[in-house]
Amino acid sequence: MDTLIAWILRAIPFGTIIMYGALGEIITEKSGNLNLGVPGIMYLGGFAGFASAYLYENSVAEPNMVFCVVLALFCAFVAAMFGGLIYSFLTISLRANQNVTGLALTTFGMGVANFFGVFILDGRTATQSLVYKTFQTKIPVLSGMGVIGQTVFGYGFMVYAAIVLAIILHHVLSHTRTGLNLRAIGENPATADAAGISVTRYKYLATCLGAGISGLGGLYYVLDYNQGIWATTGQIEALGWLAVALVIFTTWKPLNAIWGSYLFGMLYWLYQFLPTLIGFSVPGYITDLIQMVPYLVTIAVLIITSLRKKREDQPPASLGLAYFREER
Amino acid sequence: MEYAIELRHITKTFGSVIANNDVSLDVRKGEILSLLGENGSGKTTLMNMIAGIYYPDSGEILVEGKPVEIRSPKDAYAHGIGMVHQHFKLIDVFTAAENIALVLDKHEKYDIKAIKAKAREICDRYNFEIDLDQKVYEMSVSQKQTLEIIKMLYHGAQLLILDEPTAVLTPQETEKLFAVMRNMREDGKSIIIITHKLHEVLAISDRVAILRKGEYAGTVETAHATESSLTEMMVGKKVELNIERPDPVNPHLRLTVHNLTVQNAEGVKILDHVSFDAFSGEILGIAGISGNGQKELLEAIAGLQNPDKDSSIVYYPDDDRDSTAEQLIGKTPKSIRELGIHLSFVPEDRLGMGLVGSMGMVDNMMLKSYTEGSSFIADRSRPRHLAESIKDELGVVTPSINTPVSRLSGGNVQKVLVGREIAAAPSVLMTAYAVRGLDINTSYTIYHLLNEQKQKGVSIIYVGEDLDVLIDLCDRILVLCGGKCNGIVDGRKATKEEIGLLMTRLKEDQEGGVA
Amino acid sequence: MTVSHEPLMRIVKRGESPFKLKLLVRLAAVLLALIVDALFIYFVTGLDPLAVYTTMFQGTFSTPMRFSWAMRDLASLLLIGIALAPAFKMRFWNIGAEGQVLMGALATAAVMVFYGGKVPNAILYAAMLVAAVFAGALWGFIPGWFKARLGTNETLFTLMMNYVAIQLVACCVNIWRGQASGLGKLNMKTKAGWFPQLFGQRYNINLMITVLLVVLMYCYLRYSKQGYEIAVVGESENTARYAGINVGKVIIRTMILSGALCGLTGFLIVGGRDQTISTTTAGGNGFTAIIVAWLAKFNTFYMALISFLLIFLEKGAGEIASAYNLNDFASDIIAGIILFFILGSEFFINYKPIFRTGRHETINKEVA
Repeated sequence: MDTLIAWILRAIPFGTIIMYGALGEIITEKSGNLNLGVPGIMYLGGFAGFASAYLYENSVAEPNMVFCVVLALFCAFVAAMFGGLIYSFLTISLRANQNVTGLALTTFGMGVANFFGVFILDGRTATQSLVYKTFQTKIPVLSGMGVIGQTVFGYGFMVYAAIVLAIILHHVLSHTRTGLNLRAIGENPATADAAGISVTRYKYLATCLGAGISGLGGLYYVLDYNQGIWATTGQIEALGWLAVALVIFTTWKPLNAIWGSYLFGMLYWLYQFLPTLIGFSVPGYITDLIQMVPYLVTIAVLIITSLRKKREDQPPASLGLAYFREER
Repeated sequence: MEYAIELRHITKTFGSVIANNDVSLDVRKGEILSLLGENGSGKTTLMNMIAGIYYPDSGEILVEGKPVEIRSPKDAYAHGIGMVHQHFKLIDVFTAAENIALVLDKHEKYDIKAIKAKAREICDRYNFEIDLDQKVYEMSVSQKQTLEIIKMLYHGAQLLILDEPTAVLTPQETEKLFAVMRNMREDGKSIIIITHKLHEVLAISDRVAILRKGEYAGTVETAHATESSLTEMMVGKKVELNIERPDPVNPHLRLTVHNLTVQNAEGVKILDHVSFDAFSGEILGIAGISGNGQKELLEAIAGLQNPDKDSSIVYYPDDDRDSTAEQLIGKTPKSIRELGIHLSFVPEDRLGMGLVGSMGMVDNMMLKSYTEGSSFIADRSRPRHLAESIKDELGVVTPSINTPVSRLSGGNVQKVLVGREIAAAPSVLMTAYAVRGLDINTSYTIYHLLNEQKQKGVSIIYVGEDLDVLIDLCDRILVLCGGKCNGIVDGRKATKEEIGLLMTRLKEDQEGGVA
Repeated sequence: MTVSHEPLMRIVKRGESPFKLKLLVRLAAVLLALIVDALFIYFVTGLDPLAVYTTMFQGTFSTPMRFSWAMRDLASLLLIGIALAPAFKMRFWNIGAEGQVLMGALATAAVMVFYGGKVPNAILYAAMLVAAVFAGALWGFIPGWFKARLGTNETLFTLMMNYVAIQLVACCVNIWRGQASGLGKLNMKTKAGWFPQLFGQRYNINLMITVLLVVLMYCYLRYSKQGYEIAVVGESENTARYAGINVGKVIIRTMILSGALCGLTGFLIVGGRDQTISTTTAGGNGFTAIIVAWLAKFNTFYMALISFLLIFLEKGAGEIASAYNLNDFASDIIAGIILFFILGSEFFINYKPIFRTGRHETINKEVA
């Protein structure tokens, strides 16, 4: 039982990182843009959030932590949106290839974050922003109420914000005109265009907003999950690809991202808790194989959806294609 | 008399092609007007100008007596004009109601329940049968069409344009559509229906407007019209083209098609038990309104379709019928080729099927022959010689034989394609709309090439749309209607009216009355 | 089809651009990118961009050894680009090169671990090669088969296969290293399976094979029957069927080839360069090579040029880092900016902006 609780306490924060990444990418892909720059965008968001908080803390005698949180969120969102804007301009306005542009954005984002990160590190291998304490503030009273309180209410606010965000996105996509128009563009931009919907504007907005949301995943990773510690690692990149995998796993539905991300979190941390769960220890190499599971599951989902050919589970029909009106 | 719409001296050109020349016509309020004309007579272009897809070069459009400018589909909606295109503009994964919601005005509130209620009201008023929660991809073609009409009515369309709505419907569905159309007329709506089927024209419309080769040929009250009078107006007087037609020399049986049936992905029979013979040294014309199975017929012979089991296509190499007759059903283009049978095929979609647009003439020459020889390397010297000789003999205008063919003009593209197919020394040569979009000179070059092949003993199957050409060029003409063989006539004796009637109305209908 | 309201500027597709235009546009893109990079360097670090670029040049050209290392890294990147060329020419988005290379490397390493010193070297090399090619081919075949049979999205499938491969490598490295903290060089004592030194370096064999493959792949795509089939399938599946080409077969065959060549690259990296394996053996080259292959439009000689440019930047950034006390992540930023500019410049090669002149004239042109 204790193992299970510990496991959940690890899995949910982990899932939250990729949930943000995936939610942003779902919006982007719903507009027909396959943005493989998610890892780079998460780097941009994570670094901008961390740097702004860190610099603020170290330049003010008595930093206001609430302000610091807002500042970090704002900077992360804007920096990630900037990544989305580069991608949008190249793929929408200049019709560059989406896959290649996304990969270049990943390189760029990683480069920017780590390059400037080194300045902040200033010779150290890692440095910490204290704002993580505010990010990690649990829900008072409720989180103290036994096992349930611990596992349900024992996280920082961004865990709940992610759930709320998923629900809002679900509502917007399914029940509003904006969502309807966006889905129409991802399915068939020519028809949407004929219906008088501005394809370019929607694609830009969806991609930039999506990037901003994905960037929050990077922020959450640094300032909450990783206890505010910035170090030069490739960790965020792997998380970014996992977020892309999660998008497929959810079959492009935000609500599925909630349980899907937690499931991915459970699978990711399975290796640490498996030995206790099954009662005997497993060799280290098995844990590597267990970490493969999220990807295998994603591949299985990919195959099953193409096998069943259920239309609701397919990727948006125009995913990956640039829209050029004269070709209508 | 109150008019829903009036067109005044509309002219529209595409490059050097005149699609509509000085066309004037009007639609009264509360009437159903049939727009009649052969393929390429400019009907759809004219209607697209009302619907805001194209903008006329000159002329004016009046809606309810007032001159208007229609620059986009949105403008058309605003003037109460809605067009149902042959290719539906629907999002497959959306429900019917969501598709209706997609074209709402911005100031209208997005409330799917209210939208459904209003749509239901429209359905009840005109007697449409549709499930508003059904996804479009689950719908039949007829249901999708119904949805498109409801969409337009929801928009407040007073004038509805239906582009060949019955082409995709069964007789029962057509009857249902007509009933709904009559309901709409009762309600004061005006409808323009484009159709080729004369009995439908007579059954549904109040007046008939006729276009011929881009020009307005007149409007008649349906009550005063008959099928023959309409056909006469539609096809016009026979034009003498002076295409030579040598007599077949020593013809013998080359191809026997029997009970050929082909179904599309939805299970609709595109070809329905078609049977005919094709002879060497003969040009067999295939006439028909486009989309009546011509494409599938040629593709089935070429091994690109999956015909039903009882279909049979037998190929005879020479006079001796018993020696090495080959059944072509179930064979792929490759396996047919490996049997030593040279079927040449000039498809309708020249750059999307017959040629590779991004490749030059040389690489396109080897499209069907690149496998020859056992070498791993593809031989390019013979294709190069072939490209050179086709360029010289047919006068292909291209900067170089390696210039991507997509950069050539339509006529030159067709010369490359026909040249390649003829160079393969075929025993059967199939062409689909071989002169579509070509100028007069290039067209005559093509006719000449076909006649040369005919005299060499090739069996030619020529799918065409210009009846004048079919009558002048072909020895026999098979008329397809609704995927069925509706008769085979002698090219030397047939009249345009005769073929026109066979194209628009199935024989059994004439005998047994309208279903 | 066109719409009737004419905007101020419209975009039309160019047919084929003259070579001169292509060259000019691309040169302009690289130049602009270098200017942006210079501004970036100046404003972030306050250094003189020209001096920095000079230093950068030294990263590759200061000593023969530097140049040799640059060539070594270029070989790895270029080989993967070559491997991707046939798949991309077929319009099959193989994003899985990273994984395919790793599988090849893993198979090579496994043969070295299990048979090193137990069989004659010639046989060992052959076994390493065969195992690597087979492993890479398998990693290409799986997504290829599903694409051909079920139409499964190949971009996402191949992307996921990368991580399966990475975890497999991590697992095996974990087993082989035993109690040691790292794997270290394989067969350190016997050097079994290590490539022989040629002109002083083991990786010179890689260089020679790379040069050979540049030419071979160029010829394969341009002159062979299979290359022709790939081009037709990539252009239009409809035309391919018309020509009697079995589209599914070509897809699967080409993906096996693409994967096999990635596997071969893994073999060369382990045998000729690293003599060990880790999850970073491919080092992100599998992704960078995608950009290389795409920008070169499947021409292997252009690929060599673009690979060189990227390696030059990487080495140069490393040099800047040590000379100015910066860090070598600068190379990612500089490369990223250059890639953005080159990607964006393609637009001006493929499309032509047309500005509104007169109303009717424009309409006529639109439909012409």
